[in-house]
Amino acid sequence: MYTVASFAAGLVFGLGLLVSGMANPAKVLGFLDIAGAWDPSLALVMAGAVAVGAGAFALMRKRTRTLLGAPVLLPSARRIDRRVIFGSLVFGVGWGLAGICPGPALVLAGTGSAKGLAFLAAMMAGNGVFEFLEKKKRVAAGLAPTRST
Amino acid sequence: MSIAWNAFTPASALIGGAMIGAAAALFVVLNGRIAGVSGILGGLARPQAGDVSWRIAFVAGLVAAPLAWRVLAALPEIRVDASFPALVAAGLLVGVGTRYGGGCTSGHGVCGVSRASPRSIAATVAFMAAGFATVFVARHLIAP
Repeated sequence: MYTVASFAAGLVFGLGLLVSGMANPAKVLGFLDIAGAWDPSLALVMAGAVAVGAGAFALMRKRTRTLLGAPVLLPSARRIDRRVIFGSLVFGVGWGLAGICPGPALVLAGTGSAKGLAFLAAMMAGNGVFEFLEKKKRVAAGLAPTRST
Repeated sequence: MSIAWNAFTPASALIGGAMIGAAAALFVVLNGRIAGVSGILGGLARPQAGDVSWRIAFVAGLVAAPLAWRVLAALPEIRVDASFPALVAAGLLVGVGTRYGGGCTSGHGVCGVSRASPRSIAATVAFMAAGFATVFVARHLIAP
């Protein structure tokens, strides 16, 4: 049941990206180009999404179980640290270079676009780089006390 | 700044946005999770038992969206102007940045802002600012 719900949510999400124009990198860059001929459309995409989403999140904040009985797992991280800011800045540079973020990358891949697939492959490689660096950090943290004894 | 009124599509932007919000709402109400694409993909980079199928299903839904669309109608315009080297660089930056940042346009921008999470709002301001700055440099300083 959770798998069906996940697929349905992904499908509606992807259709929304196509309807809104978020899946069109040229339109995304038109939004990010505030000094040029600015296309403000994507501000309304976020406004529309937040207007509909806010009610659902407000409802779930008070519940511990979902309508299907799954535990509600909302993020507990609150700290605005260097990691979240620098990571988001790096993401924004990549977003500005291509006009593609992770959701549209998957939709583009679904269209069979070679450029979309190239972006997705590089994005997954970036994921791999993150996992590798984090693992190294964990290993280093785990070995430090062992070495000192 | 001048507004490109001929490119402005307020109705489809609002309707598409509402669909994205509805997808995020459906996901949290039924599965109790944040519909954050970078995080969902990230969990697949280091798979853990019992935590894989819902991630694959969500990703499959996104990939299937253009296929489902095509059954009924021609796809809307999708234009990728970036070169392959630029796409690879951009993909790497997006892959690493979203993981360190703990989210992307969906997880922070849609879900986080919907939850009024200060951390997500800060992340959204940061990636939007970097996006605006990058396009400004690329379009108006390097290749005007």
